[in-house]
Amino acid sequence: MSSTTSFDHPTNAKKFNQDQARTHWHDSALWFIREKRDRMAKSLPEWETLRECASQIKAHTISKLADYLEEFEKNAKARGATVHWAKDADEHNRIVLEILRKHEAERIVKSKSMLTEECHLNPFLEQNGIEVVDTDLGERIVQLRQEGPSHIVMPAIHLKKEDVSDTFHEHLHTEAGNCNPDYLTESARQHLRNKFMQADVGITGVNFALADTGGIVVCTNEGNADLGVSLPNVHIACMGIEKLIPSVDHLSIFLRLLARSATGQPITTYSSHFHGPREGGELHIILVDNGRSNLMNSDDYRNSLKCIRCGACMNTCPVYRRSGGHSYAATVPGPIGSILNPLRDAKHHKSLPFACTLCGSCSDVCPVQINLHEQLLTLRTEVKNQNQLPISKTMPMRITSWVFQRPKLYAWLGSVGKFFLRNLPRFMIYNALNPWGKNREMPEAPAESFRQQYAKRAKKNKPQ
Amino acid sequence: MSSKEQILKAVRNQLVPSVDLPSLQQDWIQYDDAVSHFGDVLAAVGGTAVVVEGVDGLAEALNDLPVYVEAKKTVSCIDGLMGNVDLDRVDDPHTLEDVDFAVLPGEFAVAENGAVWVTDAAIRHRVALFIPQHVGLVLHCPSGQVEDVIVNNLAEAYQKLSWQANQFGCFVSGPSKTADIEQSLVIGAHGARSLHVFFVL
Ligand code: SF4
Repeated sequence: MSSTTSFDHPTNAKKFNQDQARTHWHDSALWFIREKRDRMAKSLPEWETLRECASQIKAHTISKLADYLEEFEKNAKARGATVHWAKDADEHNRIVLEILRKHEAERIVKSKSMLTEECHLNPFLEQNGIEVVDTDLGERIVQLRQEGPSHIVMPAIHLKKEDVSDTFHEHLHTEAGNCNPDYLTESARQHLRNKFMQADVGITGVNFALADTGGIVVCTNEGNADLGVSLPNVHIACMGIEKLIPSVDHLSIFLRLLARSATGQPITTYSSHFHGPREGGELHIILVDNGRSNLMNSDDYRNSLKCIRCGACMNTCPVYRRSGGHSYAATVPGPIGSILNPLRDAKHHKSLPFACTLCGSCSDVCPVQINLHEQLLTLRTEVKNQNQLPISKTMPMRITSWVFQRPKLYAWLGSVGKFFLRNLPRFMIYNALNPWGKNREMPEAPAESFRQQYAKRAKKNKPQ
Repeated sequence: MSSKEQILKAVRNQLVPSVDLPSLQQDWIQYDDAVSHFGDVLAAVGGTAVVVEGVDGLAEALNDLPVYVEAKKTVSCIDGLMGNVDLDRVDDPHTLEDVDFAVLPGEFAVAENGAVWVTDAAIRHRVALFIPQHVGLVLHCPSGQVEDVIVNNLAEAYQKLSWQANQFGCFVSGPSKTADIEQSLVIGAHGARSLHVFFVL
């Protein structure tokens, strides 16, 4: 399965859905994680209190973000870190390259960072002659396949072990056809340990930045971030400005929510707190805006800045599970991606707010209580108002609205519909003209319409 | 205008309703038997925990572990227990690549998530926590009570921590792991293949 290039979600989703068995497998793999998340949430009676607190802390931080950014910079500098500011992706990439050039670095190890993905750092560095190795196993797999991650926490969730086996056979010369996950992981371990040993600089993302201490926290299960930055002397940490929280004590809220929501673990294996560089080393922290400050102004969308990138909304989303992360054609897919991407680039991502059933499941699981489905609904109106909707969507809506204004016509059409649904042969109902019949059965036509039932009941209950 | 000024200006010029911070003093979960809960959670994430008597007991317990007995290169940052690589004499952390077993001090444990707080205060090269094939974490219980080095939850954990020095600290919960290949859990991704926690009375 190659990466998708079209920005149109339905087109990409259709491609994903061609392999029915795989779609079903993808769906159940993610649902399994969602269930683990539920068990973990239930293990803490204070779960809802934690969500409430997390949401408030984030709202508070955003309301005073400029102050907290300054406080963070001051404290991080006092501990010996160098703080850089980048207003967009280009500036971020230039800053990274400058640091690398200064140290004559040729080989970089990186641990999962959605921000560097967002900034397209890898291709930029490669063009400049630098080898960049993603060290998270899932990221490494998709990197070798020259694909983007399809999920923000489980980048290779769309792949089967046979795919990984083929990829590793080609690039790491593992045994052909050996699909044992232990064997494959072990090969990756040897390969990546080599890369760790050779790296000149380690780059990581940041899960949380702490204004009151000037520290940063990075969470992984594999320990790749730690290996990547504790061998070379230079650590570059790249973070969006929304990663800030006021105090290190607030971590007690967020670390309790993050892994439980993401993968159903009680905490990630390693939650590393970096305060300043290590002896003789350098720590560079890059604070990146890249469109984030634009979101703050809007009462409708400001909440999306609270996101801690746990991926829970993707795991629960019925559309994501059946269309795959690549169908969103964006670094951050799923419900939160369907908000962030169109707000950044409405033209390309206009189909995303419609990749939603408005079931609300994402809002229910979100550990920081983002009202995802409400924002998606609001966004739809905006896409419509900007006349960005394709005629295939606007035309039926106009017709429907015209029909709804004519109750008699609507009633008659209903009975016609019921008649056809009952009596037409299958091929006339399930065909290309009826997208609702794709991969699903149409509802059975009821014996009586609601209108008929209501009329009957009203007659029966009429006082004699 | 510098990028910093531009960003700060963009962020400051916004009408964002102010929201108060919530109180962190709440009824966070308590366990009747925090020690056994810690053991259960740690086991669920692939680690082990044992209680031993003194450094002799620690040495004995280590000698029960085949991976320790077979280890060629060992590191110990525990008084009274010898390793054959002295971290203080190592200048380049890369030379720790082939360490088989490291025994390192932890500070306290957290019952709710099976994590142990480890800092680099007594570990000269912090890579010693990540690069060895196997890691043992030692929690000294000076009062003779395991309960005294276990907190119930992360809220209590952060109350114990202070941030004066340029310190590296990490909550470690079990061995390194991944589930990136078809969601099969594999222990030993990049870091330690096993994690043993020793409570030393
Ligand atoms: S929107 Fe909420 S559920 Fe989705 S990734 Fe962000 S924090 Fe997690």
